Amino acid sequence: MTSSSVALPQRAPFSHVRQVFVERYAPVATMVLALIAIWYVAAVAMNYTLVRDAFEREETPYTTADVLAGTMDAERPLLPAPHQVIETFLDGVFGYSPLAPRSLVYHALVTLSATMLGFVIGALFGIALALMIVHSRVLERSLLPWIICSQMVPVLALAPIFIVVLGALGLHGLLPKSIISAYLCFFPVAIGMVKGFTSPDLLQVELMRTWSATPRQVLLKLRWPASMPYLFASLKVAITISLIGAIVAELPTGGEAGIGARLLSGSYYGQTVQIWAALVAAAMLASGLIAIVGLVERAVNRSMGAH
Amino acid sequence: MEPRKLRLGLLLAAGAILLAFVLPIAPNAVPLRERPVIPELCGFAVVLYLAAAWLADRRATIIGLVATGLSAAASLILLQDPIVAGAARSGFWMIVIATWLSAALCVMNLASARELRGERHRIVNLLVPLLFGATVFYLWEVGVRGFGVPPVLLPSPSAAGARFFNSLPTLAEDFTQTFIRGVLIGYAIGCGAGLLVAILAHRFEFLGRGLLPLGNFFSALPLVGIAPIMVMWFGFDWPSKAAVVVLVTFFPMLINAIAGLSASGHIERDLMRSYAASHRQSLSKLYLPAALPFIFNALKINATLALIGAIVAEFFGTPTQGIGFRISTEAGRMAIDMVWAEIALAALAGMAFYGFVALAERATTFWHPSYRT
Amino acid sequence: MSNKPAPKRLVVDAQDISLTFETADGRVDALSHVNLQVAEGEFVSFIGPSGCGKTTMLRVIADLQQPTSGSLSVNGMSAEQARLARSYGYVFQAPALFPWRTIEKNLKLPLEIMGFSDAEQQKRATHYLSLVNLTGFERKFPWQLSGGMQQRVSIARALSFDPALLLMDEPFGALDEIVRDHLNEQLLKLWKSTGKTVLFVTHSIPEAVFLSTKIVVMSPRPGRIIDIIDCDFPADRSLEIRETPEFLKIAQRVRTGLRAGHSYDE
Repeated sequence: MTSSSVALPQRAPFSHVRQVFVERYAPVATMVLALIAIWYVAAVAMNYTLVRDAFEREETPYTTADVLAGTMDAERPLLPAPHQVIETFLDGVFGYSPLAPRSLVYHALVTLSATMLGFVIGALFGIALALMIVHSRVLERSLLPWIICSQMVPVLALAPIFIVVLGALGLHGLLPKSIISAYLCFFPVAIGMVKGFTSPDLLQVELMRTWSATPRQVLLKLRWPASMPYLFASLKVAITISLIGAIVAELPTGGEAGIGARLLSGSYYGQTVQIWAALVAAAMLASGLIAIVGLVERAVNRSMGAH
Repeated sequence: MEPRKLRLGLLLAAGAILLAFVLPIAPNAVPLRERPVIPELCGFAVVLYLAAAWLADRRATIIGLVATGLSAAASLILLQDPIVAGAARSGFWMIVIATWLSAALCVMNLASARELRGERHRIVNLLVPLLFGATVFYLWEVGVRGFGVPPVLLPSPSAAGARFFNSLPTLAEDFTQTFIRGVLIGYAIGCGAGLLVAILAHRFEFLGRGLLPLGNFFSALPLVGIAPIMVMWFGFDWPSKAAVVVLVTFFPMLINAIAGLSASGHIERDLMRSYAASHRQSLSKLYLPAALPFIFNALKINATLALIGAIVAEFFGTPTQGIGFRISTEAGRMAIDMVWAEIALAALAGMAFYGFVALAERATTFWHPSYRT
Repeated sequence: MSNKPAPKRLVVDAQDISLTFETADGRVDALSHVNLQVAEGEFVSFIGPSGCGKTTMLRVIADLQQPTSGSLSVNGMSAEQARLARSYGYVFQAPALFPWRTIEKNLKLPLEIMGFSDAEQQKRATHYLSLVNLTGFERKFPWQLSGGMQQRVSIARALSFDPALLLMDEPFGALDEIVRDHLNEQLLKLWKSTGKTVLFVTHSIPEAVFLSTKIVVMSPRPGRIIDIIDCDFPADRSLEIRETPEFLKIAQRVRTGLRAGHSYDE
């Protein structure tokens, strides 16, 4: 009559699984569709006057239908329609060879290289600094308040200085951008890891002490595993900041390559759709990078026992 | 700190200053003992170092700090001499090393103090990072001026400070443009809208379940890239910057507010149900107060994000004023000290803004457990 | 035939209540054909192991959960109408006081929601706080009070709007035994002075036997009533009766009922 605790739980009925699936994905799907619909309506509304004035100037007879069609296909629209953006984006990705200056892949790779280099350097430095802070009271009390303060300061505003100064020293291209990205993601990682290294319960630390564990053993066996959630949370923040830093770093020199440069040139020459395509590329880069960090996190969690 | 190490360090500091009397200060410069005030300062410093070394305990910190101040003053006065500045030699650096060593020792001595309580503990907690920061600034100053680093590369703090105080009118203009107009207005609209949408998402569960993943997605994107589009829609002036700030602050507030509104325990929710409270009553009496810690978390994050968003948006183009504008144009003109002055302004604004939000948080969420530990 | 006193009004009349729900592991019968009548002024305890449905039964009466079948009338109305008419006060396992309100404001919370005037709110807050012997703590915050004191505030809050029914779900479960004994005595005094009908869920046999006029023994899988025991100890009893043979006999009967309904070897 009653199920023994040793018996395996019955598989959930299919209707139950399907209900959960629908519950989880239906709302998001509805939202996305609604957003796209609103986008189309907004595109029509915002481009209307533009297109109509263009028709007026040409002094050709036109109908409302012509204007509406025109809003979906304008050359310099105020708000490009979604299909226009996708078209330009796909053209930028597949229409040119990946190394051509007009290819979005080329620009994405330029920005990505600076992002990844900066991210790796910044993350390593951040973890190293967190290690030092956790093991030295002096460093903790003198340095940590400054690191916390630096979170309140708009560090991104320093980007132009770095570029110009490093340029004067003869460093161009990848290195100054990576230095900026590294500098930006170093602080969140340091703070996150300090929280992570100090997260174990007092009880657990005392337990290690009853076993006469050396500080190194406490670090490797307790603090480091306990800080994994904090590590991945701050890595996700760090990689997004690193990307933003790389993009912003491409602005001051009126950069020639990279997504930031593409945004800037699109804005100078009034190429709206180019800007939007570059933004889609940036969005895909950002989500892709976060997804990769998420995959690594899931793998690590699984190896540490989460299901 | 171990008295033996402290003693050794202070003795080394004293020795370094004594060496400064014999080693050359700079090529063709007047030697130390023939200068007007400096030998007395250095002499006093040596005596105090020796006294502190003899005591080698907590009192040594105060004496050591006074001595540090004296030797720091000596080195700074030396830098006034145009022969020394830019071409300093070992004698000068001995004084700097002595200052640095004693400052570090004092900081370490203070930082390792454990048995203090209450008021003294708070003073020491404040003093340690301040002294650390002061030492960094000192080294920056003497390093730049002693080595003769070209000002376009890195200006000294005093030069940047002088430029700051000389450019107050420009700075005030930039501050008003970027902060008062761009940041504050965008922040208010963005955070307000985020909170309102979160309340709606809490009321209508379907909306919430759809918006939360989208919110997480958008908050990870480089939203500052939207700046050129905002310029196209709202023009070059501050409205486009405010629009960028609205977008940048909306999503963190949305995510945090949604989390906060669902943070109330189910017992409290059952309680409201047992009172047959209307949704509006539950919102104002339970859900919103319970969500305040989360809302303030977002407000603090947004304080920094808003400032960054406004400044970076100005990198994309702006009329003739604004912090971002000034930074990019002055950087292009290699007027690095003005850039540092603007950065100092942005840093001060950022810290003041954040501090203000943190104070408001303390006043309204005093009841939260995190304040009681 | 002796003259029986006039039958008291039925405050709770549950007929054949059942509650089943689906989980990933299959169907669970939280309540199965439960029949219960509670007259006005009674103190009814529900006792049983975890999962026997005693909390679920209380929540069904409070309209915090809906039964899948059966009929229920609370204070002469359906459960939902009783809730909308604010006929009961609920005391949870945790005090559930709002940390951002002072004790006084916490007491006034239900009164604000139900639209009492400011003067009335103040009067009731002061009165019920004194009833639980916490006068003087009005301006304190919940975290400044001990667990037992917080739970007393919670009880005062449940009484503040003068409901007909008091529903208590293991209110003293998180407290140590000494505090628990003290609060048991206080609750008994409160019950005598206010004359409310109390439905009380507990894990503790001595507590149930000491406090109640009627004990409902329940057992799990499926949740059902095993036994209903009437106790009529003198109204002014003290904790000493816990050692008397009559007390022990009833406690034994409860224990037998519990064992009959649930074996730990399963």
